[in-house]
Amino acid sequence: MRTPGSWRRFEGYAFVGPFLLLYIFILVYPLILGIGISFHRADLFGARQWVGTENYARLLADPVFHQSVGNSLKLVLLIVPPLTIIALALALALNRPTKTAAVFRGIFFSSSVLSVTIVTLIWRFVLTPDAGLVAKAMQALGRDPIPFLSDPNLTIPALAITTIWWCIGLPMMLFLAGLQQIPGDIYEAASLDKASRWTTFRRITLPSIRRTLILVVMLQTAAQLQLFGQAQLLTAGGPSGTSRPIVLYIYEVAFGRWELGYAAAAAELLFLIVLAVTLIQYWAVTRREPER
Amino acid sequence: MSAGARRTGLSTPALIGVIFGAMIMVAPLIWTLLLSFKSNADLMRDSATAFSGPYTLENYGAILQGSQVFRWLLNSAIVSLGTTAGVLILCSLAGYGFARLEFPFRRTLFVFVLLGLAIPEQAVILPRHQLFAELHLHNSYPGLILPGLVAPFGVFFMTQYFRAIPRELDEAAMLDGASRFKQFWKVLLPLTIPAQATLGVFTFLGSWNDYWWPLISATRSDRFTLTVGLASSQMNYAQTSGLGFLMAQAVFASIPILIVYIIFQKQIVRAMAGAAVR
Repeated sequence: MRTPGSWRRFEGYAFVGPFLLLYIFILVYPLILGIGISFHRADLFGARQWVGTENYARLLADPVFHQSVGNSLKLVLLIVPPLTIIALALALALNRPTKTAAVFRGIFFSSSVLSVTIVTLIWRFVLTPDAGLVAKAMQALGRDPIPFLSDPNLTIPALAITTIWWCIGLPMMLFLAGLQQIPGDIYEAASLDKASRWTTFRRITLPSIRRTLILVVMLQTAAQLQLFGQAQLLTAGGPSGTSRPIVLYIYEVAFGRWELGYAAAAAELLFLIVLAVTLIQYWAVTRREPER
Repeated sequence: MSAGARRTGLSTPALIGVIFGAMIMVAPLIWTLLLSFKSNADLMRDSATAFSGPYTLENYGAILQGSQVFRWLLNSAIVSLGTTAGVLILCSLAGYGFARLEFPFRRTLFVFVLLGLAIPEQAVILPRHQLFAELHLHNSYPGLILPGLVAPFGVFFMTQYFRAIPRELDEAAMLDGASRFKQFWKVLLPLTIPAQATLGVFTFLGSWNDYWWPLISATRSDRFTLTVGLASSQMNYAQTSGLGFLMAQAVFASIPILIVYIIFQKQIVRAMAGAAVR
């Protein structure tokens, strides 16, 4: 139906053009600009001086940056495995067509719609040692309150618990969607073979939701590497940086110290890490299923 | 329901586990609710007084009088609705273009848009802040809305949806002499309403809960969105407002989004799952 050679060939641009212009202006251009800034000594007010790779060299030698990378990795390790296991367990338990299961699914998902500021507001007064819910429970048991938000050994676990509480809904829903794809007759065959529950889980359920499992782990890893609001609001990265993740570091360098070039370099390094995680996920999901 | 349909009851240990988990989910919410109904004076003495009366509405009264929460609520509503409307318009247009029209570099441009899915906010947020400062867009609604309009996932999602609509419909409309835009507007767009609902709810939630960008873009307190406003009162609560007041703010700020959640539960769950499966 095309009329070749006429302006109609370019008609499509009228439809995709508006989005593409914004996309270039607000995503692509800043991306390139950011790479450029990371090679400059730059402040928030527009001063620029080319310094080559100096920012990157400084970062690689900066113990505070190392600490924040370590904190982010700790957070990923403390959040992703429990989150994945709890979400899978919940999905297995709640994958049934009853009203009760639906109510429970609703409860476990409800925290996901709250914003990070509400979540931290709630958890601050669950965890805070002078007035928190946990402190009051400990008091009732005759124990001392736990300084979750000020003890350097407890701040990261406190952030992890808060994050798991906040984020449990989505992976649970993803696992539920994955479980729904498994045809029921496979299970019937398994029960005819008198397979134990554990065998059924290991031999049928787990391989069937392999893709979902990879997806959840990688998605959460990428998300938690970028954890920001919880740390900024609950612990402010403290005490002495022991709970400061990478993004909070970037934020502080850019908007506290006004060293934009240095912050941009840190952001590019984080971008590379997240990109690597995304590529691994892409590779693992699109790879052919292993023969068994 | 295929796999789970064979057994509908839960085994006792599993049920205990689920109930225990649900209590952990709900307890902080109930605690917050209780605190919000206590006078600040009572809570100053001991926050455990929250477990018993007397309860009061004074914190909510304080919100109604003169606090900035209403202003933030209005800002959040304008930004979220503006972002949602913009995303739906831009992504529908682009989705139709990519799915139905043939034009030079169509495939290349589509891949170019999909690459955007791999770019995390951290990689662009600082230079974008610079760019918007040069254009004097900070502390303005356009400044808060524009970044949210760039939704590569929305374009991908709408393109897939338009592709799934049979081409016979367009052709019939074309034989009737309808223009391209008319085919898009009158024939195809009404068929994408379920997709619009999913994408719309997803965008609204994301925009409503966004924290990083409004935190650095809106620096004047009358331009704060609800998330940033709550963060600011949370950080200086010790000096200014009492615990009860702060908790009333949290409850008050949760109400709109919980209403949206209850109304659009299906779309939200589908949208979140769909976004992740991309």
